Amino acid sequence: MALFGLFGGKKPSSASAAKERLQILISHERNNRSGPDFLPDLQREILQVVKKYVAVSDDQVNIRLDRHGDASVLELNVTLPER
Amino acid sequence: MAIVVTVTSGKGGVGKTTSSAAFAAGLAQAGHKTVVIDFDVGLRNLDLIMGVERRVVFDFVNVIQGEATLNQALIQDKRIENLSILAASQTKDKDALSEEGVESVIDALVEMGFEYIVCDSPAGIERGATMALHFADHAIIVTNPEVSSVRDSDRILGILQSKSKRAKEGGRVVEHLLITRYDPVRVENGEMLSHADVCDILAVDLMGVIPESKAVLKASNTGVPVILDHESDAGVAYADAVAGFG
Repeated sequence: MALFGLFGGKKPSSASAAKERLQILISHERNNRSGPDFLPDLQREILQVVKKYVAVSDDQVNIRLDRHGDASVLELNVTLPER
Repeated sequence: MAIVVTVTSGKGGVGKTTSSAAFAAGLAQAGHKTVVIDFDVGLRNLDLIMGVERRVVFDFVNVIQGEATLNQALIQDKRIENLSILAASQTKDKDALSEEGVESVIDALVEMGFEYIVCDSPAGIERGATMALHFADHAIIVTNPEVSSVRDSDRILGILQSKSKRAKEGGRVVEHLLITRYDPVRVENGEMLSHADVCDILAVDLMGVIPESKAVLKASNTGVPVILDHESDAGVAYADAVAGFG
């Protein structure tokens, strides 16, 4: 504590930690709920198919549905492990 | 034109019922014919906060199920002329709140000339809560400056924006953020999220900040809405919030 005082810096507050954690979490949760109801199931099933062929973990498959005018674009991102 | 105002939060214990009682009392004092409805079927408490617990004969579910008329179930507040209370059922199941039933009661209240219909939502996201927000024109999101409360508030915002009647008809419920149990000293010390932080995270307009206050417990102990305690910090803060809303 004395050390922080000495250099005039401020100890990072717990409130700023709370804000940062909430911003990350809430943006993630908003992304999930903005899609149609079937999106989580679709993501799970695609993950299962990918897993049959490549060893990927759950967080390496990412699915998004974007709307461009009249058309919806389903974007599938799979990060394959390095060989 | 009647306005349905739903007081909601997701998380329990953040001050929904205290805020519902304060808002209803404040709106009625400002001259608007107001009714406040407890949607917490099975765990009614608004009656206690309003100090009318010994006057409940019939409740919201009795009216929905045709066992009593609305006039029999409405309790007229003895302090404020324009204010009525509709208690929740203590015994019935929350499934008793059918969409048609709730709608018919709201329609009847509008017919009776009520200008504001304040719906006190239960905690959670189950039937009582979704019914309370289904017919909302305005929603007051009660949030404590604390991580779990903020997260749950965002969840409720998601439901308002997708499942409410207004949302389903292509419109939008007007959202207001009410931050309660606020401690400016702890915010100053970096121990508590500031109201600006919470507003930023939730992206909802701030309608008021209610300080953590001993007056709230005193008010609930005695069954008097805290807004009627003009001497108290919380009472003044609620009065300011209502003035900005009405």
